[in-house]
Amino acid sequence: MSTTDTADRAEDGELRPERPAPAEPAPSGGHVKEEGGVLNVFAHSFLVLWTVMAAAPLLWIVVSAFKTSAEVLSDPFGLPSGLHWANFANAWAEANIGRYALNSLIILSGSLTGTMLLGSMAAYVIARYTFRGNRALHLLFIGGLMFPIFLALVPLFFMLQNLGLLNTRPGLILVYIAYSLPFTIFFLTAFFRTLPSGVHEAAIVDGASHTRTFWQIMMPMAKPGLISIGIFNFLGQWNQFVLPRVLNVGSRDDYVLPQGLAALMVQMGYEGDWGALYAGLTVAMLPVLVVYVTFQRQVQAGLTAGALK
Amino acid sequence: MHSEVPPDSSREAAGDPADGRPAARGGVAVAPPPERPRPEVRPGVPTRRLVLAFFLPPSLTPEAVKYDRRYRALDKYRFVAWFTLLPLAFYLLLVAWPFVQAFYYSMTDWSGYGTEFTFIGFDNYVRLWSDSQFWDATRNSLVLLVFAPVITLALGLFFAYMLNAGGRHRRNETVSGVFGSKFYKIVYFFPQVLSVAIIAVIWARAFSPRSGVVNPLLENVGLGALTQNDWLGKYGLWVTLLVLCWSFVGFYVVLFSASMGSIPKEIYEASLLDGANRSTTFFRITFPLTWDAIRTGWIYMGIQALDAFAIVSIMIPRQGIDVLPTFLYLKAFRDGQAAYATAVGVVLFLITLTFALLMMRVGRRDRIEF
Repeated sequence: MSTTDTADRAEDGELRPERPAPAEPAPSGGHVKEEGGVLNVFAHSFLVLWTVMAAAPLLWIVVSAFKTSAEVLSDPFGLPSGLHWANFANAWAEANIGRYALNSLIILSGSLTGTMLLGSMAAYVIARYTFRGNRALHLLFIGGLMFPIFLALVPLFFMLQNLGLLNTRPGLILVYIAYSLPFTIFFLTAFFRTLPSGVHEAAIVDGASHTRTFWQIMMPMAKPGLISIGIFNFLGQWNQFVLPRVLNVGSRDDYVLPQGLAALMVQMGYEGDWGALYAGLTVAMLPVLVVYVTFQRQVQAGLTAGALK
Repeated sequence: MHSEVPPDSSREAAGDPADGRPAARGGVAVAPPPERPRPEVRPGVPTRRLVLAFFLPPSLTPEAVKYDRRYRALDKYRFVAWFTLLPLAFYLLLVAWPFVQAFYYSMTDWSGYGTEFTFIGFDNYVRLWSDSQFWDATRNSLVLLVFAPVITLALGLFFAYMLNAGGRHRRNETVSGVFGSKFYKIVYFFPQVLSVAIIAVIWARAFSPRSGVVNPLLENVGLGALTQNDWLGKYGLWVTLLVLCWSFVGFYVVLFSASMGSIPKEIYEASLLDGANRSTTFFRITFPLTWDAIRTGWIYMGIQALDAFAIVSIMIPRQGIDVLPTFLYLKAFRDGQAAYATAVGVVLFLITLTFALLMMRVGRRDRIEF
């Protein structure tokens, strides 16, 4: 970072003389210019500081994943003496990281599909059809956003138990879908309402059925919104911790990834094998970060979309 | 009636009279409103067949029914019903009904093990009132609720402003972002895409007294006196606060950046011409114009602070602090006091609701459109 900083300043100094002030307001131009330079250094140092704050803990985990257990204890700060790949083998084999990730993927493939499908269906109908109870239906779904999930936890647990869905994948999938619906519908309803109605009308005039209009006209038009909310739900469900912690407590083999990592910390704490824990965290962390950096614009838009409405 | 719902275009396009409402536009009455169709005048197909068609997909609907003049309305309501049926059923069964049940259970003495319980009115709440563990958990949750949004939003706003307006003055630009603002945003957002379980494990390790990094770091910068043998036990609440803020600052930087980016440049130009410096610009222009995003973010962050379940339950050792959600969890699934736990849930709900309503009321200002 320091190189960019100095380069910046050099460029600044070089530019300063040849900047009379055509775009600068004449009376206070010089003053503002000075302030800009100071603020720039000031801004950069704080921004760099937080960059370190945000990235260093993650970097520390990745570096520590290559240390032997003795190194982890004796020198938590230093670099590993060599690349200790055995940690990764241990994490994969003993700690079942692969298995947990697979469980998460299986559940997500069902729950994400279901959420997107049901959410967009309900949102479309609410957004674009007038019928008695439209508004009530909308409020009913959105009302779910007001209640903390913890309020429903106990009744939900016993309901799934009675239905025989406790500690099963279908149970978890259904619950994920149901609890993702309020926000999905809230977001997509607003989105469907912004779409122009001309294309829709043309399709109706041409004799397309309601279903066909939905699939072939409206869904393609709503693609940006669907991607945003899809990313939001993907990360939300992938990282979900509370629901599996309560509703998926059967066999350890059925744990989803966040549960598995929490259990891994306890297990590795007993065994004193911190290297394997760090390796497990690295394996769980890096793919997500790589995908995020690749699609960072969409991911940032997706996660902050709801709050901007 | 539903002013914000766009008019149903199918009806408008076809000028369908089945709805009984004229499709007049702009107040110009094109034709006298058509009357509601009366089946006894023009029966078409028997009503029985229409009802049956309600349960058939359009492709299987008999042609005769399709030519009935009531078919278009039927087609619409059939579509509406079939498309909302499944989402509604899921939602009512798994979300709405448990919420309703929770209020009832909180007034019983149900342990959660059998099916036997009796209605005991507000006894659970009376018991909560004198439960010191509950008060500890409530206090901790409230501390998080007060401090986490303030710290996180202040940092988020500061960094977002630095990213968007902290840069050098360039020609033809009144405000400019710093060099590499995109890079900063990517890195700041890291904690937001990671599972909260991963975050909790990382920080639990970082604060570990023997193999963590916080103690050696303090020693290295000459603050050796601050090192602790039991960070997570003794200072659990403050560590939780730190982790909570750490993981959400990036989210708000991105959110506020987007919000600040949509402020028109002309406003900044005008203020600069009037001689405003950066801090005036921030407090008089940027802050009021991002206020909507700040308020929404405040409510959202408050709700996150009232959660904190994953962080506390993974990071904090068992003898450490509790927050309301972890207290609820232990009562319900360790101590076998399901009804008592739902009473805690109701309290949590009331706190959330009060907070949200308060924020909406306090922060209300005229919306500025630009």
